[in-house]
Amino acid sequence: MAAVTQVKGQRRVGMTGDEAVAYAVKQADVDVIAAYPITPQTIIVERLAEYVNNGELNAAFIPVESEHSALSTCVGASLAGARVFTATASQGLALMYEILWIASSMRTTIVMALANRALSAPINIHCSHDDAYAARDTGWIQFFAENVQEAYDLTIQAFRVAEDKRVLLPTIINLDGFILSHSLEGLYVLSDDEVRKFLPPKEPVNPIDVEKPMTYGPLALYDYYYEFKRAQAEAMKTSYPVILEVFKEYEKVSGRKYAPVKAYGMEDAEVAMVILGSSAGTARYVARRMRERGEKVGVLSLTLYRPFPEKEIVKYLKNVKAAVIMDRSYSFGSPGAQLFMDIAAALYNEGERPLLINAIYGLGGRDLTPEQVEAAFRAAFEAAKTGVVKEREIWLGVR
Amino acid sequence: MSRLMSWRELEIGCVVPEPGNSVRYKTGSWRALRPVLDKSKCIKCLLCWVYCPEPAIVRREDDSVEIDYDYCKGCGICANECPVKAITMVAEAGGE
Repeated sequence: MAAVTQVKGQRRVGMTGDEAVAYAVKQADVDVIAAYPITPQTIIVERLAEYVNNGELNAAFIPVESEHSALSTCVGASLAGARVFTATASQGLALMYEILWIASSMRTTIVMALANRALSAPINIHCSHDDAYAARDTGWIQFFAENVQEAYDLTIQAFRVAEDKRVLLPTIINLDGFILSHSLEGLYVLSDDEVRKFLPPKEPVNPIDVEKPMTYGPLALYDYYYEFKRAQAEAMKTSYPVILEVFKEYEKVSGRKYAPVKAYGMEDAEVAMVILGSSAGTARYVARRMRERGEKVGVLSLTLYRPFPEKEIVKYLKNVKAAVIMDRSYSFGSPGAQLFMDIAAALYNEGERPLLINAIYGLGGRDLTPEQVEAAFRAAFEAAKTGVVKEREIWLGVR
Repeated sequence: MSRLMSWRELEIGCVVPEPGNSVRYKTGSWRALRPVLDKSKCIKCLLCWVYCPEPAIVRREDDSVEIDYDYCKGCGICANECPVKAITMVAEAGGE
């Protein structure tokens, strides 16, 4: 867990998740920002517009007419050699969808904050993970923040990961809409100098240069498309050890330790819960109370979602009897929601593996209560005891 | 055709670093209809040279033209534009 530790010289400030991301982006000294306002990320872009207008940040702030244009602008700027940032949510990400694939295939290093929000209809502005999941196959690295401190820290680290020459992939930082984007929390921030040292200026590979013309985004049919995809797959695989390296380097600077997976109580857990985003705290709170009563439960929460930390997950889960996988989204007609399918696939080839239950929760910003978390753990205990999963899919707190 | 590269040899991000390399991609094999020029009818107006999208009409010093069958895709625009019907499109019979 990224415990907030006081490191000499670090300032403690109060910020919302959106403000913390904007502050990190300012400290990252980005060159180009292109975004279109959408709740609940709007404050990120508003703050950045202020920073540029005040002269605190020397960047091109490019207002655009849609999210499709925002991400297209970012692609061009990134290929030209700029450090680039954008932010969006929900419908905005949906409008970016075709450019998401292009941004990753052309190996841009765009960093995007995604203030997770439910997809319409009905219209809703609160948290689901629909948008993050919709981007899961598009070739972007994805982190999930659990609190405002993590949103700040992961934003800074995202630039370092994305721009690493062994990686060169665009990167998303997910922060739960409103729950994190609009909640004021205390956090420690690095000095501008420390961030500058951690994030040296971007050294672009094959930047657009009129003196050295190249073809960007060519047509490649059955002769080369396949090979380009294979190379892109390798970049995503290669990013995993680089992410571990960046976590270590960041710990040296910040004193805060990051890992792809945060484990609580897993050393002796009989049943486990796997969860993404801000609800991990609620899950651990319930797990702690249950453990005090002698019930051996554990919680895994993912800081890294893509590339999926498969080996870590297997290491923790293969010896539990049952696990409940929490999804703040739904995949209609699929054999389980998105995180459930990932975990089921990761475990399938293991000789020893737990029974799995998929719990849907919190859609459209509905609170996840401790009672619901406990009910999910109870369902897992029941499966562990009987050796049978009675209901693979449960909807927590639905009327 | 040159040797096809493996995925390990490709430039990052589908970039093609060598400008102008498309001259090596000969598109003449796409052709189903072949433009045939009757030089005795040609009035050297150069409309075919202007309109050819490739360009596969080669302009000589004296403004006479020739057709470059390595790149001509057989679209027929030249034949359509020619004011004196000096170009006729004939079916390709299994190659050039």
